[in-house]
Amino acid sequence: MAKSRGAIEVDVEKCKGCALCKEACPTKVIDLAKEVNGKGYNYAYMANPEACIGCTSCALVCPDSVIAVYKVTL
Amino acid sequence: MDVKDIIKKENFVYGKSKVLTDNPMHYCPGCTHGVVHKVLAEVIEELDIQDKTIGVSPVGCAVLAYNYLDIDWHEAAHGRAPALASAINRLYPDKFVFTYQGDGDLASIGAAEIMHACNRGEKQLTIFINNAIYGMTGGQMAPTTLEGMKTATSPYGRNVALHGYPLQITELIAQLPGTCYVTRQSAHTPGAVRKLKQAMLKAVKNTLERKGTSFIEVVATCNSGWKQSPVDSNKWMVENMFPKYPLGDMKDI
Repeated sequence: MAKSRGAIEVDVEKCKGCALCKEACPTKVIDLAKEVNGKGYNYAYMANPEACIGCTSCALVCPDSVIAVYKVTL
Repeated sequence: MDVKDIIKKENFVYGKSKVLTDNPMHYCPGCTHGVVHKVLAEVIEELDIQDKTIGVSPVGCAVLAYNYLDIDWHEAAHGRAPALASAINRLYPDKFVFTYQGDGDLASIGAAEIMHACNRGEKQLTIFINNAIYGMTGGQMAPTTLEGMKTATSPYGRNVALHGYPLQITELIAQLPGTCYVTRQSAHTPGAVRKLKQAMLKAVKNTLERKGTSFIEVVATCNSGWKQSPVDSNKWMVENMFPKYPLGDMKDI
């Protein structure tokens, strides 16, 4: 199977830090930041970007549609 | 490969639907409403029916849904969305009409309206969000509240001798001859969201073909009302809600 690399872009100001993306991620890429956004939420970010495979699981379960997924096949 | 080299326009695979507006949602963190809005927006975008879709919003948390989906909306009195949608789909037979209701709205005050709209076989879709609680007003007991479940108005748990049994309204609706597609879905995992989208696609197509009433129940969470974190609410839902409200198609003709 062809290997793929992915990356996500989080709309930090709209993220509510619900952590559903962190739970859905099969490769444990996402974590909640220690810093907070303008609303006071610990937003999601890529803590382990090398492991991302661009599977879109995080974006599918995100209730606020703040995650955009990019993917390249190597 | 650097993350900056991956985040480029040509590598984009998934993101926010164009039918969703840029307004930040007022829903609590982790609320299932957001996922269902997104799935509905994606289906409307895929079928290219944004300019012929009319939604009827309920009384409940989703009362402000018109802020988030860029389509035509109508606001109904509490529980009366199916009656209003009946009038709209009869006046505009070429439009796609749907109602979006919670369990407090649909299964309690609006139980008569949804039953009769489905019995008449109105050419509309009903999306029913069941989180076993009145979310907007502070977590009171709803008709769908589980046996023994603690809520603001049943602090010792729902007592069936006093309050009656949890109402499985989707099972009742599946018995009505006017309905063509009745299903129960969820949105707690990526797989469940994909299944929900397939169900939504089928229901919208049925409605556009004017086959009859389509009805999608989404078993949802209310983490604020249940006093749990969003992740724990999903686990609680799988353990407690799914045995009483099993997922799957109940009718598909």
